[in-house]
Amino acid sequence: MSLELVFQYLVSPTFIHGAIMTLLITVSSLVFGLLAGFLLALLNQVKFPPVKWLTVFYLWLFRGTPVLFQIIFIYNVLPTFGIRLSAFASGVIALSLNEGAYMAEIIRSGLQAIKSGQRTAGMALGMTRTMVLRHVVMPQAARIMLPPIGNQTIGMLKTSALVSVIAVEELLLVANQTASATFRYFEALSAAGIYYLALTTIFMAGQYWMERALEPKRSRVEKRSLLSALLQPAEDKH
Amino acid sequence: MTNPAFLEVTGVNKSFGPLQVLKECSFSVNKGETVVLIGPSGSGKSTLLRCINLLEPPSDGSIRFQGKEITEDLRNADKLRAQIGMVFQNFELFQHLNAVENIMLAPMKVLGYSRHDAHDLAVELLKKVHIPDRADHLPDELSGGQQQRVAIARALAMKPKLMLYDEPTSALDPEMIREVLDVMTELSADGMTSVCVTHEMGFARRAADRIIFMEQGSIIENASSDVFFGGEVSPRAQQFLNQILH
Ligand SMILES: Nc1ncnc2c1ncn2[C@@H]1O[C@H](COP(=O)(O)OP(=O)(O)OP(=O)(O)O)[C@@H](O)[C@H]1O
Ligand SMILES: [Mg+2]
Repeated sequence: MSLELVFQYLVSPTFIHGAIMTLLITVSSLVFGLLAGFLLALLNQVKFPPVKWLTVFYLWLFRGTPVLFQIIFIYNVLPTFGIRLSAFASGVIALSLNEGAYMAEIIRSGLQAIKSGQRTAGMALGMTRTMVLRHVVMPQAARIMLPPIGNQTIGMLKTSALVSVIAVEELLLVANQTASATFRYFEALSAAGIYYLALTTIFMAGQYWMERALEPKRSRVEKRSLLSALLQPAEDKH
Repeated sequence: MTNPAFLEVTGVNKSFGPLQVLKECSFSVNKGETVVLIGPSGSGKSTLLRCINLLEPPSDGSIRFQGKEITEDLRNADKLRAQIGMVFQNFELFQHLNAVENIMLAPMKVLGYSRHDAHDLAVELLKKVHIPDRADHLPDELSGGQQQRVAIARALAMKPKLMLYDEPTSALDPEMIREVLDVMTELSADGMTSVCVTHEMGFARRAADRIIFMEQGSIIENASSDVFFGGEVSPRAQQFLNQILH
């Protein structure tokens, strides 16, 4: 066991590259997953039955099969239809489509949590449906959706390791290859673990910061808990 | 009649599926008038109000606003609504915005006001509804009466030509009803045309030009305030009045 070797792995170009790949896969899958989820949630509200059924079918398909299956399927089956994609792109597409199914549910329940009276009030002021969605419903729904989306993000970071099966050079694959080549399992896997924990911490901090940013600004100063007072500097009130 | 009425509702029907909620409703409101709409629960008062600004398009019948038929142009319903203010029983202030921001939103997004102009307007309107010192309070930091007055200011910010109130004081404690009704009375006195669903007969006596009584989707009585409070009402309306005044 050598801590020095762990450190050398941490700063080695292959591990840094692996960590960047993991981050890239996670963030892109999340962004596309959110877009897919948003689209699905909106289509789900369309009153035309075939559209609604299509979204139900999508959710059934992507929640009813393993992600690993979806990754392998997209990577290996799409080329037979003439669609050639890199392993990275295949991985991101599979993870995004899968994530979309879960995000759709989160977004749908977030939108439904906003009482119809808020929409009516917006409409009564002459706002269009789009304006109401953007300025009345979304800002309120976002606060409700953020914690579950944060969970999904951290889940995605770990799920991203699955794309190692189609040989995307992400963190786990790099660690595993290094370990098999050198038999230094402890050091190689520790280095990967440290990167995973570091990335998770960054995401958690990001979620915390966004939750605070979305919180409406109270006019009265509220009593802050010790922990929150320690974690954040006192804000200046105008 | 030489001058067409400001708002003219003629033969409006409204059904939700098999349930007919409004039956051949006809009435008109002149510019500057305040009309109070009363009737038992479920008689269709809210639905009638929501038809006027097309939140519920009527099943058939005609609604003319400032001489123009509005029921045929549902695509531009948002432009109509921008000219008609509406106040709800549960205030419906936007929960994520403070009092000024609630007032500023529609002028900025719909009328294209700059943030600065919208803010000036909002501050002025908060003065008008007697709560200039609550500008940066969130809805849940305001009393019910204050919330409803912010909601009135929010509607006024669009410079509406007509105000619709749907039981604006029903969710309020007695001591707060007064402050909201005072604002509404002042607006009426300043010549704001309004249709108001309320069972506050004191307000009706003070501010209303006409009283409309509805039951089971039909307008049963439409009388000037003097006639109505002079005691010349139908037995059914009298019975309802006795009930709410007991
Ligand atoms: N969107 C809707 N879908 C189906 N039925 C509805 C809808 N809106 C109202 N109704 C029905 O129409 C009838 C009239 O409702 P409305 O809300 O207009 O009555 P109201 O006179 O305002 O009653 P209240 O005094 O209780 O507010 C009721 O029977 C109600 O259940
Ligand atoms: Mg009602």
